[in-house]
Amino acid sequence: MTDLIDPVDRAIINDLQSGFPICSQPYAEAAARLGIGEDALLERLRHMLDRGVLTRFGPLYHAERLGGGLTLAALEAPEERFEAVAAVVNAFPEVAHNYRREHRLNMWFVVATETPERIAEVLAAISERTGLKVFNVPKIEEFYIGLRLDL
Amino acid sequence: MVVTWRDRRLIEALADGLPLAARPYAELGRMAGMDEDEVIERIQAMIAKGIITRFGVIVRHHELGYRANAMVVWDIPDDDVARVGEAMADFPFVTLCYRRVRRPPLWPYNLFCMIHGRERETVLEQVEQVARGCGLENARRDILFSLRRFKQRGAIYRRDWPALELAAGTGG
Repeated sequence: MTDLIDPVDRAIINDLQSGFPICSQPYAEAAARLGIGEDALLERLRHMLDRGVLTRFGPLYHAERLGGGLTLAALEAPEERFEAVAAVVNAFPEVAHNYRREHRLNMWFVVATETPERIAEVLAAISERTGLKVFNVPKIEEFYIGLRLDL
Repeated sequence: MVVTWRDRRLIEALADGLPLAARPYAELGRMAGMDEDEVIERIQAMIAKGIITRFGVIVRHHELGYRANAMVVWDIPDDDVARVGEAMADFPFVTLCYRRVRRPPLWPYNLFCMIHGRERETVLEQVEQVARGCGLENARRDILFSLRRFKQRGAIYRRDWPALELAAGTGG
């Protein structure tokens, strides 16, 4: 699916995943760095957003530093009711991401809440409504949160 | 109070992303009721304080062909985990690296890293590279590829706030 983007798009993505200029005319500055025109950069960003190659263009926030709570949790959903359990878990507005993964603990989800205290309440509610034990594996230390992808 | 109400107004104006216009910060300022200089200062301050971890394009890994998304987990002695975590974070293909709470006996792992790749085989080879590079050939580990993504969206931080894109613990 990489044919969705050409080499110029790729250069834009690699260059602009971080360090976007915070100045009066940032697109002009970023475009100069990439050796293309400002209009061309804006047009390509718009096009990649329209096609869903980019989720968005802007900030990524650190939940805890914004004052909120964030954790990763997992549960072991029986195969025969996996879909039903996923529907229950996904219905919680605090559940941001949810992935099926290869393990006995087959459902892994991120919970983000308004306050750190609220995490325990949401996990308890998920456990109660699914009838399953929820494994909470909160972060102790961050070594890298770059989330960069070099194309 | 980590963010002020003026920061909050700016965060709300940024909910749909940075405007695609020649002077995007001036435009954000019009939406948030402040001038361009103040917008620039506030965004720079939020980056400096680590409230904004990254500012730029946010890609959809899956749509770009990065379908092999592995959560690689390791059981590392607690007194060695900081060294290993730092070393692991240096690999260019590691996109996230965290120390987390263990839940033995089912979940003995305390170090998590994410690797996104196009092919499963490449990711498995990269896991071997990490193991060799960090001296973890004998460490207990597991590789949890994602089979299906059920939900991926900007997380809600406050009910009356817009959905914000968070640097979350797993993703892709």
